[in-house]
Amino acid sequence: MLEVRNISKSFGGLRAVDNASLDVSAGAIVSLIGPNGAGKTTLFTIIAGFQKPDEGRVRFEGRDITGLPAHTICRLGLVRTFQVVQPFGRLTVRENIAVGAHLRHADRADALENAEAVARRVGMGAMLDQPATSLTVAGRKRLELARALATEPSLLLLDEVMAGLNPTEIDEIVPVIRSIRDDGVTILLIEHVMRAVMSLSEHAYVLNNGAIIASGPPRAVAADPQVVEAYLGHGAAKRIAASETAHA
Amino acid sequence: MMAGRYTAIGITVAVLAALPLAVTSNEVMMFLILSLMFALLGQAWNILGGYAGQFSFGHAAFFGSGAYATATLQIHLGLNPWVAMVAAMAVGGLVGGLIGALSFRFRLRGSYFALITLAFAEVLRVVAHTSDFTGGGAGILIPLDERAANFQFESRDVFYYVILAMVAGSLVLTRALEDSRLGAWMLAIRENEDSARALGVDTFRVKLTAIILSGAMAASAGVFYTQIFLYLDPGIAYGVGFSVEALLVPIIGGMGTVFGPLVGSFVLHGVDEVTKELTGDAPGLNLALYGALLIVMLRFLPDGLMGLMGRLRRAAGRRQPQQAGRLKEAGDA
Ligand SMILES: Nc1ncnc2c1ncn2[C@@H]1O[C@H](COP(=O)(O)OP(=O)(O)O)[C@@H](O)[C@H]1O
Ligand SMILES: [Mg+2]
Repeated sequence: MLEVRNISKSFGGLRAVDNASLDVSAGAIVSLIGPNGAGKTTLFTIIAGFQKPDEGRVRFEGRDITGLPAHTICRLGLVRTFQVVQPFGRLTVRENIAVGAHLRHADRADALENAEAVARRVGMGAMLDQPATSLTVAGRKRLELARALATEPSLLLLDEVMAGLNPTEIDEIVPVIRSIRDDGVTILLIEHVMRAVMSLSEHAYVLNNGAIIASGPPRAVAADPQVVEAYLGHGAAKRIAASETAHA
Repeated sequence: MMAGRYTAIGITVAVLAALPLAVTSNEVMMFLILSLMFALLGQAWNILGGYAGQFSFGHAAFFGSGAYATATLQIHLGLNPWVAMVAAMAVGGLVGGLIGALSFRFRLRGSYFALITLAFAEVLRVVAHTSDFTGGGAGILIPLDERAANFQFESRDVFYYVILAMVAGSLVLTRALEDSRLGAWMLAIRENEDSARALGVDTFRVKLTAIILSGAMAASAGVFYTQIFLYLDPGIAYGVGFSVEALLVPIIGGMGTVFGPLVGSFVLHGVDEVTKELTGDAPGLNLALYGALLIVMLRFLPDGLMGLMGRLRRAAGRRQPQQAGRLKEAGDA
């Protein structure tokens, strides 16, 4: 469904994304993990058409979408959320979600009705008339998800929708994401919460310094010494292995 | 459900329509007419600034183009003024489309966009000043010929009803916008342009549509001005005064609300008249007053008088049940 091929992007001297490739097949939940500053968000912005890559191509449902404007890509069925939430502050939850719904529903009443249905689906049914600014962090993250979902995408890119949530809130959102997939929406998610990554996704890619350094089932990837070093620093894998043998 | 959204407009227009029955003074009539004209100009600004979030500092560009278009079409081509009005609104929309295409294509926002619109108004003023077609610096005079078919009326009352009809049209249009996809997209752009793009909004097209609508509406106010005064010069038509009025009126009344410009226009010109009475029309004083008002509004009432009214209403609504609760407790005791 999504084929990312050899994408590179530099900011000045910094190579934020370095020859990264990945695939997402229809119906899957795929995770993209990696330490802060690895280039995950940058890769998302390139896929979704917010930035042009220096090199590489992005194909979506067999069609080359590299360099297309963001709104066109959204219309094709690929939508992203923002890591730093970007609500329409002075609009209510209902109106926020309706903006997304309007993509496929020209009629105002129709879009509002759809917004309500989507809100209930992500557990925001009770907050419909609240202004977006009055929401908690968890509420705002959900609103990002709801608005994106309202565009009726076939592929959903979620950028750290669980960051800043407490364990209870995370336990609430995980089944919501799973149910979205079960309704036929393919999902690519950036996530730091490993528990969620493990329970949601079948496949994970690890990005470090802009490059994909590992991929595979989340459990295997998390045990990969290269990945452990990327997160904990050079030599960490060896130290952990040593201390584990010492304890055994 | 949607029909009920027009009752307030109906009532307001009906009340305004009854006003001339109570007014005999020509001066008061003129005050009402000009307040309505500025409400129309303010509504034009409101569509682009209040709803779509693009603050223009040069709405005189549209007002003046509408005014000059109707004047020159009548003088040079002998066009009927009613027909010329339609053409002039198209010209206003065209000027809007041009400014919009340039500035939105290059993603100019905030003060950069405001400066571009100001620059365009100034350029048009200079062009009108140097061109013979527009009568140059001496201006352009439309011969007096008071016939309804000629968009000239002997009676101030008729002018009043014409501008009231135009304002009513602008209120209905703005309300319809609020209930439409285009309106929702405009608000989305105002609140967060990146989010709008992510949700599939073609922000360039939506902003362009907004500025074309706004330009055409501002031009219609310019047409009315021309028909009532029958004289234009570049310093008036393209002057910074109209640009300031256009933004001040909705900012005072409430940006992004249907009635904001109407309320703001009556309040602004009411205050203006009172200070003139008190200070005897000292030159430049009204500009200083406008500046002070603008600062006060943006600092203390960013959502204008309509926002203030909304907050007072909600506060009153909260107090009443509390009072009822206290009375009940007192009764129980
Ligand atoms: N627009 C930009 N201009 C300059 N540097 C940027 C820009 N966007 C991201 N970066 C840099 O690129 C690197 C990758 O950032 P990002 O993609 O946000 O990482 P992640 O999402 O994995 O934490 C960081 O060093 C960041 O500072
Ligand atoms: Mg990130």
